[in-house]
Amino acid sequence: MDLSLLMIEILVALLGLAVLITGLVLPVQHNKIVSGIAFWGMLLILAYSIAVIPESASLFNGVYQIDLYGHYFKILFLAAAVLVMLMSNRYTERFSKKSEFYGLVILATTGMMLMAAAGEFITLYIGLELMTISFYILTAYLLEDKLSGEAGLKYLILGALSSAILLFGVSLVYAMSGTVNFSEIGAAMKNQPVMLAGLVLILAGFAFKISVVPFHMWTPDIYQGAPIPITAYLSVGSKAAGFAALIRVLMTAFGPGEGLLDWNLLLAVLAAITILTGNLIALVQQDIKRLLAYSSIAQAGYILAGAAAANAYGLKGVLFYAMIYVFANVGAFAVATAVETDTGKTGIEAFAGLSKRSPMMAAIMSICMLSLAGIPPMAGFAGKFYLFAGAIQAGYLWLAVIGLVMSMVSVYYYLNVAKVMYIGEYPSEMPIKINSGAVAALWICVIATIVIGCYPGPLSELAGYAIQAIM
Amino acid sequence: MNDFPFLLATLLAPLLGAVIIMCLPAGQHKPIKYIAAVSTGISLVLSLIIAGGYDKNLGGMQFVMSVPWIKDLGVNFALGVDGISIPMLLLTTLIGFSAIFASWKIAERVKEFFVLLLILIAGVMGTFITTDLFIFLLFYEVVVIPIYLLVIMFGSTKRVTKEYAGMKLTIYLLIGSAFLLAGVIALFVKAKALSGVASMDIAFLGTIDYSVGFQLIVFAFMAFGFGTLLSMFPFHSWSPDGYAGAPTAVSMIHAGVLKKIGGYGLIRIALTILPDGAQIIAPIIAVLAIGNIVYAAFICLSQKDLKYIVGYSSVSHMGYVLIGIAALNIVSLNGAVIMMFAHGVMAALFFAMIGNLYEKSHTRNIDDFGGLAHQMPKLTAGFMIAGLASLGLPGMVNFIGEFTIFVGAFSSFKAITVLAITGIVFTALYILKALGTMLFGPRNEKWDHLRDLKGPEMVPLLVLGIAIFVGGFFPFTLMDFINGGVGEIAQQIGLLKIGGLL
Repeated sequence: MDLSLLMIEILVALLGLAVLITGLVLPVQHNKIVSGIAFWGMLLILAYSIAVIPESASLFNGVYQIDLYGHYFKILFLAAAVLVMLMSNRYTERFSKKSEFYGLVILATTGMMLMAAAGEFITLYIGLELMTISFYILTAYLLEDKLSGEAGLKYLILGALSSAILLFGVSLVYAMSGTVNFSEIGAAMKNQPVMLAGLVLILAGFAFKISVVPFHMWTPDIYQGAPIPITAYLSVGSKAAGFAALIRVLMTAFGPGEGLLDWNLLLAVLAAITILTGNLIALVQQDIKRLLAYSSIAQAGYILAGAAAANAYGLKGVLFYAMIYVFANVGAFAVATAVETDTGKTGIEAFAGLSKRSPMMAAIMSICMLSLAGIPPMAGFAGKFYLFAGAIQAGYLWLAVIGLVMSMVSVYYYLNVAKVMYIGEYPSEMPIKINSGAVAALWICVIATIVIGCYPGPLSELAGYAIQAIM
Repeated sequence: MNDFPFLLATLLAPLLGAVIIMCLPAGQHKPIKYIAAVSTGISLVLSLIIAGGYDKNLGGMQFVMSVPWIKDLGVNFALGVDGISIPMLLLTTLIGFSAIFASWKIAERVKEFFVLLLILIAGVMGTFITTDLFIFLLFYEVVVIPIYLLVIMFGSTKRVTKEYAGMKLTIYLLIGSAFLLAGVIALFVKAKALSGVASMDIAFLGTIDYSVGFQLIVFAFMAFGFGTLLSMFPFHSWSPDGYAGAPTAVSMIHAGVLKKIGGYGLIRIALTILPDGAQIIAPIIAVLAIGNIVYAAFICLSQKDLKYIVGYSSVSHMGYVLIGIAALNIVSLNGAVIMMFAHGVMAALFFAMIGNLYEKSHTRNIDDFGGLAHQMPKLTAGFMIAGLASLGLPGMVNFIGEFTIFVGAFSSFKAITVLAITGIVFTALYILKALGTMLFGPRNEKWDHLRDLKGPEMVPLLVLGIAIFVGGFFPFTLMDFINGGVGEIAQQIGLLKIGGLL
């Protein structure tokens, strides 16, 4: 067995532990070294994972799958983690001890990688818990802040509940098929009602992680309470990991949804409800974190539409959209982080006059939000095109119409933020202070968003190769 | 012609201008304005060269270029012009160039204004010169956001606030485009299923035989999308409010060219690809068009705000275009295209004049004025050219458009055409009433301080005025292009040719 195939996971896990230990050994004044190790380490691993594409392999009798599909998501998680660390550089100065923060972010990344590559339910569950438990702590990381503590507790209780539901579903599937390995379940698949119950419970467990309505209630509170960089990472990383695992499970264990187990239609209906609910509630939000929380619920709905289609266009759309969502969302959160650090507020009114204070940040915020809304030439447009092309190909024209109309409705609340930034007045005209790391993160996000939007070819080809592993 | 990529250069000139302006410091007002003027000027010259170099005998798409863009969707970055797109391209560059000069007095946030305006002009241009459906949608939606920002930052708050106007405009157009997008994606998926080839090429999509039911659904989606953009009754209410709130240049481009993307899309995309669906839905469009023509004209009669008069009048005029398209014969389609051009230059000239007057007097209420011809003879000339063009006086290009539409449409819809012709009477009534009140009569001392057009302010009047008269006296300059372009579409979808005209 060739352990070099697991190089990325091993490196990330080691880096996480190294960061934790360095934090213990070094005195608190040397916090900078810790964040440096964490950031540069992750960047190097990201570079390595882009440079070295592994051969497909099935490790430990199918427990762990090394393929392009998983690898695509690993690159996505690493890129998201790097961007989040880059943008939170100034934000984390408020923490007396940074090592746990960075260490846990890295360990959460490890968990996401396990989820994306797991070939059976137990490994999947371990990855899921590693990720989620890291996030429980990170969510409550603002020790002085009541909201943060509340968010952490809520996330813990609801997260534990959803894990239990997922495990219940897995146990039912195991009872019927005698295995937890995805492809073996696929082979033993029978149209039994118990299987259906298992499927539905598993779906519910995942739906919680990717905040699909009606399992979305935790999202706004936790997004609002958590430190902003963690909110950003939660919204792009944990969601992408949930989708990565969900799609692998559905495609390999439950195959094409037939007869009783027509999960495609189930997902399509959930997607429609999610898109509607997320967008409509976002219309009235006055807090940028809550607004982005409901917007991220809506985004989950769009991605779910591609997953429901489960054909080449739809799945390609899922992968494509998950990637561009990282850039658009992290870009928006990076601006929000800078604004919150400066003004101490997260209400939309804190953004007033931003175009005069920091024209670059106002422009980047607008561009990232419009990408979320799917307005060209930003990347979101091409992403939605794939997702809904998939949905229409699968026969869900109604879903595409709902999705497209609601994404145009979403322009309303995104533009409301733009309006405040461009014509609002803020007492201070001082430019917002921002360090070079955050500037770099902002530029990476905005350039990626526009370049991929104008020329989506390469990324979509990449996504196309990646999905061949599970089709 | 040689290998120089004329179309690409025409498209990129304003974008390049925008990029250069972005790099300039915000205080450099003069250089910013000159760069904007030069870059749109280059586009204008290039588009005239393209029109001159287009081989009418050969016909078809010319100046084509194609670069593979997204392989699995079959998207190419493909440009090309035919007889229908050339007038539209000319319209865009004429109005774009004039709009820069109509905004010469902008003094605040100059940099943002011209960057957004140039992006807007390039976006509109892109829709008319691409032959790929995906790229068309891309350009189409690109323009919406700059417009919103321009309206909320530079618009005026009179009857409705500029924030309200901007948001209404944006959301209306985007909801319309959502249906359009759904229709296009459905078309793409169906074409791929039927032919096995993933392609977004408009010409290729038109060669496939879709079932009638499918055509009906997709055409309905597209008619809703494009119809909203063309301010088809009853989806027109964004238009007067939007124009009233928008700054002059945006009103000019929006009423002048952007709306025409709707008509252009109906002909070039919906009609060409889905002729059977068009046959079924055309009568509905024709009936709604009467709503446009008559209902909007009635509203015009009672309006006092100049921008609302022109706003509703543009809704009314779009009714003619819709009837021309709905009648589905060569003559009426010819008329629809030329009417789009004619209305474009006329509306842009109107808004340029209104903007100029408003800038100086801070009111747009016609009853506040009187005898302006004494103080502002050149402005009066501008208003009169636009006004007379609007009511279709012979000698102006608008006459050619209206006349052609009515001749063509009469063979398809007799009663509807007769009703539509009454629109001309109403138009004459409200235009003459408004202009008479404002421009003529005894001298009003109150307005003695107003200074007439001079310098850069003359550019819109000259450029657009010349276009109106050239089109009116030498209609064949445009008609030859349009006839060729429409002829090819008609041949492709098998329309009957009726009577020779012009």
